This record gives sequence, C-alpha cells and structure tokens, in this order.
Amino acid sequence: MRLTLHIWRQKSANDLGRMVQYEARNVNPDMSFLEMLDVLNEELTLRGDDPVAFDSDCREGICGMCGFMINGVAHGPRRGTTVCQLHMRRFRDGDVLYLEPWRARAFPIIKDLAVDRSAFDRIIAAGGFVSVPAGSAPDGNVILVPKQKADLAMDAAACIGCGACVAACPNASASLFTGAKITHLGVLPQGQPERCERALRMVAQHAAEKFGSCTNIGECEAVCPKQISLEAIARMNRDFLKASWINRGASRSSGGE
Amino acid sequence: MELHSKTPSGPIEQRWDRARFEMKLVNPANKRKYNIIVVGSGLAGGSAAATLGELGYNVQCFCFQDSPRRAHSIAAQGGINAAKNYQNDGDSIYRLFYDTVKGGDFRSRESNVYRLAQISVNIIDQCVAQGVPFAREYGGTLANRSFGGAQVSRTFYARGQTGQQLLLGAYQALERQVTAGTVKMFPRCEMLSLVVVEGKARGIITRDLITGKIESYAADAIVLGTGGYGNVYYLSTNARGSNCTAIWRAYKHGAAFANPCFTQIHPTCIPVSGDYQSKLTLMSESLRNDGRIWVPLKTRDQRPTDQIPESERDYYLERRYPSFGNLVPRDVASRNAKAVCDEGRGVGETGLGVYLDFTDAMKRLGVEGIRERYGNLFDMYERITGEDPYKVPMRIYPAIHYTMGGLWVDYQLMSTIPGLFAIGEANFSDHGANRLGASALMQGLADGYFILPYTVGSYLASNKLEKVQPDYAEFKREEAEVAAMITRLLSIKGKRTVTSFHRELGKLLWDYCGMSRNMQGLESAAGKIRELREEYWRNVDVLGGAEEFNQALEHAGRVADFFELAELMCRDAIHREESCGGHFREEYQTPDGEALRDDEHYSYVAAWEFQGLGQAPALYKEPLEFEYVHPSQRSYK
Repeated sequence: MRLTLHIWRQKSANDLGRMVQYEARNVNPDMSFLEMLDVLNEELTLRGDDPVAFDSDCREGICGMCGFMINGVAHGPRRGTTVCQLHMRRFRDGDVLYLEPWRARAFPIIKDLAVDRSAFDRIIAAGGFVSVPAGSAPDGNVILVPKQKADLAMDAAACIGCGACVAACPNASASLFTGAKITHLGVLPQGQPERCERALRMVAQHAAEKFGSCTNIGECEAVCPKQISLEAIARMNRDFLKASWINRGASRSSGGE
Repeated sequence: MELHSKTPSGPIEQRWDRARFEMKLVNPANKRKYNIIVVGSGLAGGSAAATLGELGYNVQCFCFQDSPRRAHSIAAQGGINAAKNYQNDGDSIYRLFYDTVKGGDFRSRESNVYRLAQISVNIIDQCVAQGVPFAREYGGTLANRSFGGAQVSRTFYARGQTGQQLLLGAYQALERQVTAGTVKMFPRCEMLSLVVVEGKARGIITRDLITGKIESYAADAIVLGTGGYGNVYYLSTNARGSNCTAIWRAYKHGAAFANPCFTQIHPTCIPVSGDYQSKLTLMSESLRNDGRIWVPLKTRDQRPTDQIPESERDYYLERRYPSFGNLVPRDVASRNAKAVCDEGRGVGETGLGVYLDFTDAMKRLGVEGIRERYGNLFDMYERITGEDPYKVPMRIYPAIHYTMGGLWVDYQLMSTIPGLFAIGEANFSDHGANRLGASALMQGLADGYFILPYTVGSYLASNKLEKVQPDYAEFKREEAEVAAMITRLLSIKGKRTVTSFHRELGKLLWDYCGMSRNMQGLESAAGKIRELREEYWRNVDVLGGAEEFNQALEHAGRVADFFELAELMCRDAIHREESCGGHFREEYQTPDGEALRDDEHYSYVAAWEFQGLGQAPALYKEPLEFEYVHPSQRSYK
C-alpha cells in the first residue's frame, strides 16, 4: 500500500506549526498505524530529516499515551480503538490522511503530535480518589458490592485518560474524562463518604484548567476508545448539582480555619 | 563486597513480624524532614511514593511517561494472587508460599516469599477500599479464578484489566498525596545517573524530556521502581519506553545485579507478523483456563483448522502433562510450544505459532459465557490479527514478558549501595527463576504499600545522614558525565538508526539467550554483542539536539545500556551450568526434556558487581537455603 500523509509539524510549544506532506510507501496491511509511522521515521532519519514526534508506550491500547487526529477523527476511523491498535488494513491504497495533534487550550503542544495532558492529573488530584491510607482497610469482603454496581463502576473505570474526548469536543470539554472517574467512585460504597466533595472539587478543577463546558453533543462518546458512555456526564452533573445544594459552604468550612 | 541478606531467623511465620519489631522508627514529627526519591510510578513505585507520602515523608517521584498513570503495570491483564481462601478450596498463606517457591524452581529466598504470601491478603483489602472495581459474584462478594498453573482459585481480577485498575488505585492514592503536598511529581523526566556520597545513595541526575535540561536532585534515600529489562530483546510485551537505564546506571555505581539471565517467556502472545513489528502483545494467560492448545500431528499441515479432524490434532500439553494440562507454568508451556514448532508443526505463515482453541469451551459455556470472561481479549486479538477468534482458533507464540533478575536486594529491599532500594520487577525479587502468573502485581504492591515504607524508615532512623546539596562536587561530576554521554551520542552521526541496532541486538539475544540456551550459542552471542556495541558507538545516527524534546536521543541512551546488560545476561547464562525455570540450558535436561537443576552447585543467587567497562564483573554468591519447601524436581505430569 501507498499512502499520502499530511502531518502537523511544530518544533515546540512556542513555534508556529504547519502541515507537511510525506509519502508512505510499502505499507503492510498488518502494521499498526504507529508502526507505519515508525517506518516513516526510520526513512526520515536516514535522510537526515527530523522524525515525527508522537507519544506511545504500551501499544496495546491500555496506557492512554498515544493519540492524534486522523482526518479529523480522534484515534481514527475505527470505533473503540486507540491509534496503536488501529491497523493499516483499515485503509486503502492511495488514501490521503491528515494527522494532527489533540487541539485544546488545556493541552499545549509539546512537539508535532505530542501534547501535554497534565491537566488530567490535576483533575484526579483534586478529588478522584478514595482517602484510605495503606493499612487502614477492612477485609475485602466486609462491604458487599452488588455485581451490577461493580460492573457499572468498571465500565467507567476503564477510561485510559488519552484525551480523545477533549480533542473531539467542539468545546474542548473534559466532561467525559471527569465524569468517568466521578461515576466509577460514585457508584461504589467505598466512594460514598467523599462523593459530594469529589464532584465539587473535580468539576472546579476542570473549569480551572480551561476545559470547556459540556453541551451534550456526544462526539466524546463516539471517539472514546473505551466506549465510555455519555451517562457518565449525566452522573457527574447529578452529583455536582446535589453536592452544590447540600454542601453549600461545607467544602470551604472543611478546608481548615 | 559482601552479600548480607539480613534475613531474620526463627519460625518462618514470625520472621516478618520480628523484623518489623526490630526496625527503628522515625519520629512522626521528623518524617517531613526526610527527602525520599522514588523513580518509577508503576505498581511498586506509585504505591511506595503514595504510602511514603501518607506517612509524612517528603517524596519526589519521577517517571519518563507523561503521567504516572501510564506505567506499564497498567497492561497486566490477568489478575493478582492472594491467599484469602475465599473459595474454601484449600488455599492458605503456606500454600501460596509453597507454590511460589516451587514455581520459582527453588531459586528464591524462602523468607521473602513467605512474607509476600502473608501480605497478599492485605493488598486485596487495601485495593478494595480504594475503590478498585474487582469482579464480584451476584451476592456481592469478591470473585476469584484459578490462574497460571495454580490448583486453587486465588486470583482476583477486574475483567482483563486488573493491572490497569490496580495501577489507577495506586495512581489515585499518589495524586491524593500530590494535593496533600507530600509528593511532588516529575513526569517526562528520566533518571540518567545515581549520585553516591560517602558510600551512600544520595541523589539522582535526571533529564527533563521536554527541555532536555540535566538536573540534580538530592535525597536521604533513593527508591528504584523502574520495572524490568525485557526490552533488551527489542520485541517483548513491555511498553516501548520500558528500559533498564535506572537500574543499569545504579549497577555501574556499585549496586550488584542479580540473576540477569532469569527472563520469563510468556507462552500466550500474538505471533510476530513482520519486520516492522514494534512490540508483541500478550494474550492473558487466563485464556489457558478454557482454551486448549494444539498443533497438527503432521508437519507442515496447511489445512484450515476446521478440516483437521480430532484424530489428527496433537493437544501436546494435555498429552504430556495429564494432571496440569494446559495450565502448566509459563516456562514449561513456552518450551513445549518452541519444541513443536522446531519439529515443523507450528502454524500460521511463519510456522511460529500454535493454536489456542475455544471451540470446546464455547460448547460448554456458550459464546456469551466466553464473551463475559474474555471479551476484551478476543476483541484485542481481532484488532491486531484481523481474525475473529470466536470463529477460528487463536494463534499464539511465546514472547519475552518479565525479567526475574534485577538489582540484588536484602530482606529490607535495599541494594548493595546503602540508601538505594529496589522494588517490584526492578529487583531480583521473590520469583526465583520463574514467576507464577498473577504474582507480579502482588509483589509490586507488597513492596510498595507494605514493605518498603517500613524498611526505608528503619534505614533513615538508624543512619546519621548529613544534608547534601545538588551543588556538591559529586553531583556536578555525575551531571558532566551524563552530558558527555549525550553529546557523544549526538556527535557520532553515523549511518544506522538506533532502532536498527536495537532490533539486531534483540534478535541475537532471542536466538541465543532466549527460550533455550547452550554454551556455544551464548559465547558466540556475547562476542557478537560486543562487536555490535562497538559499531553502535561508531555508526549510530541520532538527529536533533540535546536541549529539546528528542525521542531518538532518549531511545539511544537506553539502547546503549541494553548492549551492556545483554553481555552480562550472556555471561550469567554461561556461568549457570544447569537448567532452572526460565533459564533452560540445552546441555542440562532430563531424558524427557525437562529442566535439570543442579542444586549441589547452583543453589545460589548470582550477584554481579561492576568492575569498569571492558572488565569482567565480579561474581558474588548468596547461598539459598530451603528449610520449609524441599527442592524437588518440578513435576506437572
């Protein structure tokens, strides 16, 4: 297979970027998309051209490190699939592909297709946890969790934090990411004591990071490689509303003085 | 150098209790005055950093990925063992201990393994309390499955994403400490050297992967939770970035490296499809619970599977090991796969593959039953190969997965450099010569949540540590060395890419120091690796500069270390004239082809000490004593 690639090249956060055209020859249908780029990078290196920077690590769709837009779609054309698990057999000889980084104010570009997603870590740090220091846990079977709830929690917990939801959203909202964690912990008994506080803090951090608001467009769900449901956002909104109502002032007073 | 394992004496059940009681404690008010560096943020490093932060220490945690949540522990699929005996099927701490020592082919330290089995139960409790969504029964209790050769159901799991969920639990605990101000995270920051001041580990040199800036960080103790070195083989199930640089550079500063030749081949990976292949993908071992492994009886049988009748199939594991069948340990399953492929009975285009067939299981459990258990794995297989495993049997082949070797540590998890600790896969660990399935997650979390936080405290309380500053001469000297190495890599401007060297190195190791090894092959490999390393330093081409985001440069530094490690692996494999666990020397096997240990001469941990580049390393031996589990030939027949 032969492909024409237009790839976003940008030396660093402060440089102006531009699309550059490359020809990918000898593409094998069994290659993953990233392996196709590896081969291109080998060629570029041998020619003395700067290889294309892109993030990836596990290459089995679970670490969440990879991701970019292929023809305007986050992670490319196959549903429920990260770019590392997208194989070239999905494309046709002669296809023209445009590769761009995640674009969002909260995700500054580092180089080419690599972006800074540390805003996600800060949202989790704001409240995406259960406060249980090592050593303080009761026996695992003391608190029973109905299977349906455990499954629901697991569906949301499957989020890999790749950022596709933000990239796909016209508002660059990270509501699906934030809602997934709020849902995961919010449906489990272990997450109840901090449920209100968690929703308030995570939503506040989401805003502070300059992610946009959710307007129920649903692009995020469509591109999510783990197929996290929009319901996570509904749950987030519900928890946030409820928390705002019953916790008025509480979050401030619990903070100290 | 002398190796003191500092293993407590007395009845094995009481050793950890005793050790904990004998530890010195740090006054709670003083904890925040101590700085601890944790390198790596996986199950071991992440849980250690979080727990040390909870205890009140001042922690700095480094990872090369863009977030601590990306560490490769995340990719572990199958599960985590714990001796809970929730299934009432006869499990106990003692049985988990026994299975682990035996499964490790009697090359691990009994006291450590017993402690691991004891702590396993606390890990499950801790993770459940954090909100890890483990699989549940309809009554709401935790579900278990049997896994990887165990005859009891002691494996806890969260679909096929157990590692992900456990890591996210540790990551969330870590981020909680970031907010609490006890932990400062340094993502996209790679450790490139260790700083030893007056014989103690006192700091690290790092490179900021975005700006390229070389920086020094000082601390009172350094913890390496940087994972294994499977990527020395180029193709492995490790993440692309997984590397040996932190532990290797610690080794070059005096930390002994133990059992480097103990590498684990995982029997159920998706076969290689072409030269461009960048990694191998594991299919969870749990698949062997229901899948049946077979190859055609005839050699080079190219018929589609539905045209090969039962009578012309060889279910070779069930045939050779009637009591364990498809559930024999990883090393045994892998070697047998290689053997049938060497006979010319392998399947797929390359002939390097065997079938893993769910037809019978689907008849028994229904397609839905299989989807419930393995749905995400089947989807993953279909994505990668383009074949639907619900319709045609999967093809699998062994691949490098885990490294049992690593930095030598004593019972306190401290290396031979005082103040330098190694945890998780980075140490030579509790798995001996072969790790059992679902035990890596257990060990990483045992070390990080429940062992290291105590032993580091004891070290700090019993040593007088003068404050050191990053502007000391020792730090400046190491910074200069790191910068010089980077400059050298960038200035070679040769004709070959880093990847091409890495691939060639990996192939050499896989062929001669992989699933089976022999003296002649190892010696020739060692020579070829040396030549290739020399060519690397003459002919590699790394573009770009030092002070920028430069992924080729990151890779180049790691590959330089892999070359040196590969030589040590061959040396270790040559010296160990026996077969045990993952180390199979063709010269030492029983008449029916099983590994033949030599307990009289090799019942020890081989710890290698660096003597300078180009010099032979010194070998030190820690004798292993088995008071409780008596060495026997492993038999899974």
